[in-house]
Amino acid sequence: MANQQSMCTSFLGELLSSTHNFSSANPAHTANTADTFKAALYVTTATMNASTTAYSATNEVSGTGYSAGGVAVTNATNPASTNSSTTAGVGYWTPSASIIYSSVTLSTAFDTMLLYNSSQSNKAVAVYTFGSQTITAGNFTLTMPSNTTTTALVRLSTT
Amino acid sequence: MLITTTKGEMDDSLLEHKSGSVDNDVEYTTWDEYYLNGELVHRSAHVTLKKTPFTDLIGATLG
Repeated sequence: MANQQSMCTSFLGELLSSTHNFSSANPAHTANTADTFKAALYVTTATMNASTTAYSATNEVSGTGYSAGGVAVTNATNPASTNSSTTAGVGYWTPSASIIYSSVTLSTAFDTMLLYNSSQSNKAVAVYTFGSQTITAGNFTLTMPSNTTTTALVRLSTT
Repeated sequence: MLITTTKGEMDDSLLEHKSGSVDNDVEYTTWDEYYLNGELVHRSAHVTLKKTPFTDLIGATLG
């Protein structure tokens, strides 16, 4: 089974227990320090999907310049939320910079990035897929979408 | 312009350059490839995600 883009189901339940902290100003946590989120890449033959609960090195890419676990995600913008109507709203968050794997050689085709919380036992957040890539002595850059209610990287909505 | 390759840094005038892009509902992706005598010595890719996972939470209704 191929990789499938999705929010990880375990992440939804963990939100209710305040497991993940995307914000540097969160009164629910004793220390107002956001968790560290990371982005790992997976080969096309992996099976990352909504059932993924945590980072795993199984089927992660490997190669020159790539460290297992991937790279840390820049998080300088706290989550936001807004009402889309009187009975519905959207909460959203996007990393504040592109995710860049610099000077790497990744010879095995990959098509997936797992966003996960390295501060909380590497618990999974979401799986993102794209067209198959390889990199040779170069950079792989994931540019983030605009941080809006309709395009943000992580979006939770009520209707 | 110097290009980082599997052979070390090389001037791009010595290399064959190929580039391409994909633009669809999911992503906008560009890539650059450099070849030396037919051998791929550099490939970079740049992916902009367009369609991200979206979770619709259903609230319970009292009553």
